[in-house]
Amino acid sequence: MVPLNAYLAVGAIMFSIGMFGVLNKKSGIIVLLSIELMLNAVNINLIAFSRFGFYGNITGQIFTIFTITVAAAETAVGLAILIAIFRNKGTISITDLNIMKR
Amino acid sequence: MTGEYIAFFIFALMAISGAVLMLNLDRVIHMVLSIGLSFIGVAGLFVLLKAEFLAFVQILIYAGAITIMMALGTMMTSQHKEDKKLKRKGHTIFAILGATIIGLILLNGIRTTSWPNEAANLGEDNVIEIGMAMFTKHVIPFELASLLLLVALMGAIVLAKKESDK
Repeated sequence: MVPLNAYLAVGAIMFSIGMFGVLNKKSGIIVLLSIELMLNAVNINLIAFSRFGFYGNITGQIFTIFTITVAAAETAVGLAILIAIFRNKGTISITDLNIMKR
Repeated sequence: MTGEYIAFFIFALMAISGAVLMLNLDRVIHMVLSIGLSFIGVAGLFVLLKAEFLAFVQILIYAGAITIMMALGTMMTSQHKEDKKLKRKGHTIFAILGATIIGLILLNGIRTTSWPNEAANLGEDNVIEIGMAMFTKHVIPFELASLLLLVALMGAIVLAKKESDK
């Protein structure tokens, strides 16, 4: 049986990679994808605890379903916002979205 | 017992290598496809954790819908050169530093805690258990989730449609 901390380590590594992507990438689409990666890491943790936790039960999987729902809604709205920005400014590069700084 | 370890290593390698490829590839569409590999690896980990229903949901929604939608978004916004322009050196260093520190804190916490070893019994049929719990204990969050999806659908249409009638 694969122990719990192996799954948690995979989740932690994926979360760090996603966080680096959010902080460093320039394209808006890749930033959205990195957020999805972080949410996936959280899902791994929730399901691992639902099976191997101190009081393991099915609620972790229910939580994961809601997380996936919220992530899908977030992707749809985020992509719509990116398309609207592209129509108005001609780019979705994060470094060019500095209208509040000027 | 060793078969489970081999499967775990393959799926974990898929998940993490997809994520690393996403950081290192040049074109946005390749990044989107490599994150699909990562999502499929996560679905395999779900199967190993006896969450078969969620593995299917993961493949349907993440590897199917979200990856395809991001690929279409990439095509509609036509970003060919992702990282060609000037890189801010200090920004990159701070991003690496922050992500590494977060990762090390999490891994250290995982390593030093003593976790329980026995697996919980989640029932014979995963789908039945999830359905029973969702429609008895978690009805109101379920309805709220459907409301959230409706609002997100309408909001996405309103945000993305052309304003031609002005």
